Amino acid sequence: MPNLELLQTLSGHKGIVWNVSWHPQGKIFASCGEDKTIKLWSKEGQDWTIKTVLVDGHQRTIREVAWSPCGNYLASASFDATTAIWDKKSGQFECNATLEGHENEVKSVAWSPSGQLLATCGRDKSVWVWEVAGDDEYECESVLNVHNQDVKKVAWHPSLDILASASYDNTVKLYKEDPADNDWSCIATLQSHESTVWSLTFDKTGERLATCSDDRTVKIWKEYKPNNQEGVIVTDRESVWKCVCTLSGYHTRCIYDVAWCHHTGLLATASGDDIIRIFKESEDSDPNAPTFELICTKLNAHSQDVNCVKWNPTGNKELLSCSDDGEIKIWNFSE
Amino acid sequence: MTKLADNVNPNVYDKGSEREKTSEDYNEDIEDLFDEREIFDLIRNINDPEHPLTLEELRVVEESNIKVDNKDNTVVVSFTPTIPHCSMATLIGLSIRVRLLRALPSRFKVTVEVSEGSHVSEHAVNKQLADKERIAAALENKNLVQIINQCIATV
Repeated sequence: MPNLELLQTLSGHKGIVWNVSWHPQGKIFASCGEDKTIKLWSKEGQDWTIKTVLVDGHQRTIREVAWSPCGNYLASASFDATTAIWDKKSGQFECNATLEGHENEVKSVAWSPSGQLLATCGRDKSVWVWEVAGDDEYECESVLNVHNQDVKKVAWHPSLDILASASYDNTVKLYKEDPADNDWSCIATLQSHESTVWSLTFDKTGERLATCSDDRTVKIWKEYKPNNQEGVIVTDRESVWKCVCTLSGYHTRCIYDVAWCHHTGLLATASGDDIIRIFKESEDSDPNAPTFELICTKLNAHSQDVNCVKWNPTGNKELLSCSDDGEIKIWNFSE
Repeated sequence: MTKLADNVNPNVYDKGSEREKTSEDYNEDIEDLFDEREIFDLIRNINDPEHPLTLEELRVVEESNIKVDNKDNTVVVSFTPTIPHCSMATLIGLSIRVRLLRALPSRFKVTVEVSEGSHVSEHAVNKQLADKERIAAALENKNLVQIINQCIATV
């Protein structure tokens, strides 16, 4: 029987824990929240414990944290309108760069797969692309104003410099840089959700995207490249993204996060109904109309809304979750 | 006040009577579940942001527009702005939400919305009031919290 076994409950934050982020090697993770602190956790014997607490980086709630692909930098996005970059070149973690530009709350931050680019987004409806210009130097490459409401989440394609954003305007947008003029532009708008899109996650190929929404559905989108064999019409030489699957009727409240494991292919969701759910693609799934089965429902995973779920990047089936209840939980999934 | 209220002359209604206490209320062996009246009592005396009147006196909140489900741990409060283009609707909703957030056990999922057809921007106001991230950010704004605290100071 598929089962999500609780390994440990971690307390330490005061108030809402908004986000957790695995270090790329999967032996450390960072957490952040309403208490304006970032905590770094690692394992001591069998138990996860707080190793470092980063304070004084932000004046308001820290909404999201993200490790760079090399694992040497940690970015934090805050309601105080700034994004801080932390590293431990001096021996201990310090904030050595602050990205300013958003007018108000920054809601998400993500590193590109190469680690050379960063994306941020916020309530000011904009998505910013930053370039790592040198030691502790970051330059704004582009400000993308294509959503017409606040932008909740940014995520990069797993291997290409293609960026995706999810918004309160119910859409998802994709962007890339035009090599001719180095200008970033929107290359696709994914429209189908009926309320705020809270989060999104690419599969390991980057050719599929899962999105989750306040409309209580998860949608799977598939990329159809120019000259695709299915005969999907593609204009402007840019791929077309089509919604090929909608998981509805499972969640009873808003879905705040979705995570696609790049090793197992499992989808995990975090919902306002306090439940963590795991979906698995069926064996005989049709690529153009895939089917996913709900294989695990963890009732009362937390005592309040679950805000975030993250699979351990090593593929060991460990799952992290955090909640409004102030707790972080670490789970082991077994089939 | 420098700005005239949206609705300068609202209808004012009588306050209802206090909840009648029954012998069951004093019986320690009976579990007191939350009911509509209890939620109503928590919010009826919230002050309107524009008038020295309570939400009950303006019939912005009514017991019949509250739903409580103790099994599912949900509370739904529909409120009715005095006029359909009331610019204070979001602030009133936020005040109700904050009051319930502070008074109810955290197991409750609270929904606060304008009642159907009572506001020109019904959908936009409801979407905003349902977005917990926006609410969390708003509640870090000291000026706004001060205004909300004034509204709920009288409860």
